[in-house]
Amino acid sequence: MSSLGALQGEFFMLGDDACAEGALSAGCRFFAGYPITPATEIAQRMAYRMPQANGVYVQMEDELASMNAILGASWAGAKAMTATSGPGFSLMMENLGLGIMMETPCVVVNVQRGGPSTGLPTLVGQGDMMQARWGSHGPYSIIALAPTSPQDLFDLTIHAFNLAEEYRVPVLVMTDAEVGHMTEKVVIPPYDEIERAERKRPTVPPEAYQPYLCEPGEWVPAMAKAGTGYRFHTTGLTHDERGYPSTADERVHARLVQRLVDKIEQNRDRIVRTESMYLDDAEVAVVSYGIAARTALWPIQMAREQGIKVGLLRLVTVWPFPDQMIRELARHVRSIVVPELNMGQIVLEVERCAAGQASVTCVPHAGGGIHKPLDVLQAIRRAAGWE
Amino acid sequence: MDSEDTQRASRSERVRRQELHLDGRDDLAARAERHPMDEMLREDRLPHIWCPGCGLGVTLTCFISALQKSGLDLDKVCVVSGIGCTGRVAGYIKLDSFHTTHGRAIPFATGLKLANPDLTVVVYSGDGDLVTIGGNHFIHAARRNVDITVICVNNFNYGMTGGQAGATTPVNARTTTTPYGNFEYPFNVSSLAAASGAVYVARYTALHVRRLEQAMVEALLKPGFSFVEVISPCPTGYGRFQQQQSGLETMRYYRDRGRLRSEADVHQAGIVLGGDIIEGKFVDLERDTFGQAQESGLKRAFDKPGRDGR
Amino acid sequence: MKYWRKPLDLAGIRIPHGIIHILQERCKGCGFCIEFCPRRVLVVSDTYNSKGYHPPVVTDSTGCVSCGLCEFLCPEFAIYREEEMLEVQSL
Repeated sequence: MSSLGALQGEFFMLGDDACAEGALSAGCRFFAGYPITPATEIAQRMAYRMPQANGVYVQMEDELASMNAILGASWAGAKAMTATSGPGFSLMMENLGLGIMMETPCVVVNVQRGGPSTGLPTLVGQGDMMQARWGSHGPYSIIALAPTSPQDLFDLTIHAFNLAEEYRVPVLVMTDAEVGHMTEKVVIPPYDEIERAERKRPTVPPEAYQPYLCEPGEWVPAMAKAGTGYRFHTTGLTHDERGYPSTADERVHARLVQRLVDKIEQNRDRIVRTESMYLDDAEVAVVSYGIAARTALWPIQMAREQGIKVGLLRLVTVWPFPDQMIRELARHVRSIVVPELNMGQIVLEVERCAAGQASVTCVPHAGGGIHKPLDVLQAIRRAAGWE
Repeated sequence: MDSEDTQRASRSERVRRQELHLDGRDDLAARAERHPMDEMLREDRLPHIWCPGCGLGVTLTCFISALQKSGLDLDKVCVVSGIGCTGRVAGYIKLDSFHTTHGRAIPFATGLKLANPDLTVVVYSGDGDLVTIGGNHFIHAARRNVDITVICVNNFNYGMTGGQAGATTPVNARTTTTPYGNFEYPFNVSSLAAASGAVYVARYTALHVRRLEQAMVEALLKPGFSFVEVISPCPTGYGRFQQQQSGLETMRYYRDRGRLRSEADVHQAGIVLGGDIIEGKFVDLERDTFGQAQESGLKRAFDKPGRDGR
Repeated sequence: MKYWRKPLDLAGIRIPHGIIHILQERCKGCGFCIEFCPRRVLVVSDTYNSKGYHPPVVTDSTGCVSCGLCEFLCPEFAIYREEEMLEVQSL
């Protein structure tokens, strides 16, 4: 363990634990949470590890409180995180919006389980993907990442913190019960070798500071730390550059929400990450994310062995959606297959971007398990015109 | 760039500066007279939105005065508000201030305080915000004894939305959502705080400003969950339905029916329609704050041999 | 009264006196300051401010003892006082 409390080395580690370790390696020193299957192990690990890393662990009374506590902690200068699953994620939605409106860097982990409602507490699902995008009210953009393994969950948790700091936005790690409860090898690099982004701090004196004024040509304003003499105001109300409520002037609202959207959407090229396999000669593309992308690997190999030219595009970043990449993909392949552990969510985005250039089919899945490989294989064969 | 372009550029810069409020700050300084408390207010936002006869401005005056008397480093004081008329306090006071969502000021403040224990964190909000929609956070923050000060301005109704009943509305009181009288029993907010574990509980009306100010000073300096309930007039949303047509009439009621009883049992000091208002400092006791308990507990755990603490 | 003794330290005693300042434009006419002034120093004025309220006015500038209640009770940050210490003129 380093002096800063971060682990280093090779471990056989649970996905949820890897998430907690990723956060610590990213510099997270505040965790507020509430027990919920299958995310509880993240809170448990944090309760144990935060004191070792001189950080704060607090178990709040519910997920509304957890979400707010991390926003407060972020303004106090800490890198902060919470972790939950579907029902808790629903409770967090209002204050996720507060985080977006106040432009508060933080990380929210959703270890997805089967829904709706209490649903399948111990079993996997990917049914919160659209909620991640649109769950809080009003216009905004957000960043969401989808890991496929404990190692990936470790890496993407660090990445999530860096994106949150850079864009001053809550970043969602949309993992699932399968990855969270999977134990695999996780390599944790030395603390000093991990890249960590820090939020931009104001350089002007307090009397000249406006909390929501960007430098010309920039999207993200500098964030003052509470207690450092800036005496700033911030609010969930529509506000001007001074942070003052302003609801009568329509230009203020337009300018604000446009910037909240633009700071993500105009930086898509820098934010969006995908991984691809066998796409060069592909006639059929599988587009998937999270655990569903991982279970698609075997059927893709089988289909290749059978002679079908199929490839994989895995969405590491699900939001903002890789529009351009799907658009180009649709021009080069005959059809696209989208396996996901819900009744069809991200497939809607794929259809939108494909815009009729390629046929798009969903491989939905319910019941709390992962796809049966043969179901995905069959979908690929059909998409290739083999069945 | 030719001269027309230059002109256009300078004009657009001018528009931009106006829109972004980069100009015009000197106008305020030119305003003839200033109030001594203006330096603690976001003067460019005055006059505030509170109605004539509202007690909120009175409570804010007391609070600013208490802050000044407390000797605290004001750069380190944060004010967190929820939603509602009282929620606007955060927007008027010139400190690091956060106007959060409805009912959630306390968990936000908890995060601020725990992440930086050097801060003095004050939650300033209304009864609807703190003990109705936010009741769960209120009792748990008191139970946890997190080191924050909560000031609850209790006007027995939801003022901002137009005088609806809430968890503090007395039995039989008429409001816009209890047109035939309120049939629910209200919370005695001070009793709730005391029962939940608050280490400091005081209640005063907005008329009894000296005692209120003193209570605020004590609460600010008290380690742990300290709570001040301020009974305050809301002529627009509440008073006019209880035969108090103005804030002044409500203040007269406080003068006539306010009873200073610090020795009173807070749990018996509920507020009923037309009854006395029991005021005083009900609770002032010592108990480890969440931060202190955590620090000493962790020290115990890590010092024990055989534990892989540090 | 003539039998009352004069305190020996009378020359050293100072009585606080307040000079009241009213920021008329801020007033919303709630009347708190007028009603609760223990010395009844303030009354409603005849003039209107731009919001249409009658701000208070000082009737008896000598009467104020600088207790500060009006300053505390004003919800609008519209009244403040400057305190000066006066010698006792008579008993």
